[in-house]
Amino acid sequence: MAKLTFSGGIHPLGKKSATKDKPLVTIEAPELLYFPLSQHIGAPLKPLVSVGDKVLKMQKIADTDAFMSAPLHSSVSGKVKDIGMYLNHTNSKVPTIVIENDGEYQDAEPIHTKSIDDLSPDEMRKIIREAGIVGMGGAGFPTHVKLSPPEDKQITHLIINGAECEPYLTSDRRVMLEMPDDVIGGIRCLMRLLNLSKCYVGIEDNAPEAISILQEKTKNTGIDICVLKKKYPQGSEKQIINAITGKEVPIGKLPMDVGCVVINIGTVAEIYRALAQGIPLHRRIVTVSGDAVRNPSNLYVPLGTPFNALVDACGGTKEETHKIIMGGPMMGIAGISLDIPVVKGTSGLLLFSEKYAHNEAEINCIRCGRCVSVCPMKLVPTTLDMYSRKGDTETLIKNNIMNCMECGSCTYVCPSKRYLVQSIRVGKQKINALRAKEAKN
Amino acid sequence: MENMIVSSSPHIRDRDRTSHIMRDVCIALVPALIASVIYFGGRAVYITALCMIFSVGAEFLWQKLTGRPVTISDGTAAVTGMLLAFNLPVSAPWWICLIGSVVAIIIAKQFFGGVGHNFMNPALVGRAFLLASWPVIMTKWSAPFTTGFIIPADTVSSATPLAIMKGSLEGTLPGIFDMFIGNIGGCIGEVSSLALLLGGVYLVIRKVISVRIPLTYILTVAVLTFIFPSVGLSGFDSMMYNILSGGLFLGAIFMATDYVTSPITARGQLIMGLGCGILTFVIRRFGAYPEGVSYSILLMNVATPLIDRFTQPKAFGTVKEKKGGAQ
Ligand code: SF4
Ligand code: SF4
Repeated sequence: MAKLTFSGGIHPLGKKSATKDKPLVTIEAPELLYFPLSQHIGAPLKPLVSVGDKVLKMQKIADTDAFMSAPLHSSVSGKVKDIGMYLNHTNSKVPTIVIENDGEYQDAEPIHTKSIDDLSPDEMRKIIREAGIVGMGGAGFPTHVKLSPPEDKQITHLIINGAECEPYLTSDRRVMLEMPDDVIGGIRCLMRLLNLSKCYVGIEDNAPEAISILQEKTKNTGIDICVLKKKYPQGSEKQIINAITGKEVPIGKLPMDVGCVVINIGTVAEIYRALAQGIPLHRRIVTVSGDAVRNPSNLYVPLGTPFNALVDACGGTKEETHKIIMGGPMMGIAGISLDIPVVKGTSGLLLFSEKYAHNEAEINCIRCGRCVSVCPMKLVPTTLDMYSRKGDTETLIKNNIMNCMECGSCTYVCPSKRYLVQSIRVGKQKINALRAKEAKN
Repeated sequence: MENMIVSSSPHIRDRDRTSHIMRDVCIALVPALIASVIYFGGRAVYITALCMIFSVGAEFLWQKLTGRPVTISDGTAAVTGMLLAFNLPVSAPWWICLIGSVVAIIIAKQFFGGVGHNFMNPALVGRAFLLASWPVIMTKWSAPFTTGFIIPADTVSSATPLAIMKGSLEGTLPGIFDMFIGNIGGCIGEVSSLALLLGGVYLVIRKVISVRIPLTYILTVAVLTFIFPSVGLSGFDSMMYNILSGGLFLGAIFMATDYVTSPITARGQLIMGLGCGILTFVIRRFGAYPEGVSYSILLMNVATPLIDRFTQPKAFGTVKEKKGGAQ
């Protein structure tokens, strides 16, 4: 079959060899675990426990009435030690529940006990929300929201995103290799939930083992394993939709507007565990890599574990760390401390030595056009950069700046080392601030 | 843990950089330089070195004097110097190199804000200035194998094929093969189409340029001069003489593709090639100059911002019945 892809994009060094063949290592929960009440986009949560309370493993500890959010569960049993302000993955101090691990791992009741085949679509949606499931690829969009399209929107394509296009990261690959039955079980549930007879799984051609395992197991099931070209950002929602279905999500619209739902492969496995066994999302796979890490690994980590414990589990550092990245090197956020805990969206933790930590000084744009040819959203990054620096929001809007998904491809290729997406981001923030102000008046 | 470097993503960069690109351009120009040494002697290297030194020096001094950051390490001034030299006759005196470099670097480039902000190709501006001010020196073409090493020998001047075709100078047309390999009179870097082509192939392989501009440019000139041949020539001969002379390969491969002054989009680059081709044909056929490559490129340089505006790519997800713009 021809390999599918989108137009534009870049080919950064994969850097996956350090961890791609390393089986998952489950790590022990540390003594103290931190559960920030802002884990992802959506409303912050309210704690359901108080300081001094005893909690069980997988017990719901925070929730909200807001639809655009998902509850949070403890990954250990123990005592609530504190509810206070601690660092989260956005480098800010936010309300956080701190739980002292009693080491006994007493489980709470499963979130439901029905047989998986008896669940109605609505029950499934409820369970998925109740299990706290959000997109595990990084953005953390609450999954039940994606699965609840408004009446007038017909979902025709279910796409499972196994295109792990960020360099270094291998957690999705390990899910496919080590939990293929959970993945396929989850896909079956979603097909039933959305009343679809077909599903597409997009996997990049640099994961042939994963492709063959899933192909083997999905014969005659209506699940179509689509081999995608290895290219960044193949795993971006709009790009994977384009590669597989040929559709373009219109500017400012959502995948569901073209009848598509895209779910990350790790999320699918969690969905299966929630529906089949009543297990809420309380741990995840984190790829720990980067040149400063002694023993790069794929860890299966209880949520709330501080990064320090992950680094220790990888044999510590072999070089002085100068940069911490949460997520992948293209879109991840640089962290200020290893005290930050793993949240639902933490797909990777990269530690870079001085050699990789610095970005170079920029020089003038020489108009080579590379940023234009790689931009998957077909923008002209150098022009956006220019107007962003001038603060000309009107022209920026005309040039579709809001369509930029901040994939960083433009900055990656620029031979003049210009901080393109960084300056575009500033422009977008300015426009958002203006709009918020207008909305208020 | 306090000294973590915090910067905004992406955290990795491609290794390629502007100075590497400029180095590649210089490498791609070497075959043509070698060809000109074969035909015009060591003086070709001397003129090229002079122009490069003057160009880089002019940029350095200007930036020092105006208190700006010195950017000579990006390699763009060196490329400009090399291209300027390639557009000079081998008999040019040293001060022509100096004036040309100063005009190219300071007037055409730095006055507009330095690299990336100039809207005309600096080397071509330098050449156009020199040609307008010292036309005799600038059109004193030496015949191959007649020049001295550093001091110009009393060169045997030679008419260029285009001037002969135009009937403005007496002479016999050289053979097409001689023109292809460069055994003709002309500027230092323009004579050997073969050597220039070699450099062009290198640049395309190294992904420094795409074939869009050079190919459309040369093809346009070829087609037009084939359909409308010069008086007394067959369509084929007219086409061959036109594409193999007058610096068309040098212009199409190295000057019209200058990043800064050519369109940034793929479609825009096709328009650039087409426009240069048509203008070159028109100038050669109807204008006073036999050549026309430089002026065509300069004119298209001026049109580049406009071309860019009209060829802006259609943003991903643009719907036909546009309503309300982006959100
Ligand atoms: S990649 Fe960099 S140098 Fe090239 S056009 Fe874009 S901003 Fe300019
Ligand atoms: S402009 Fe935005 S979408 Fe385009 S390459 Fe840059 S970051 Fe990606």
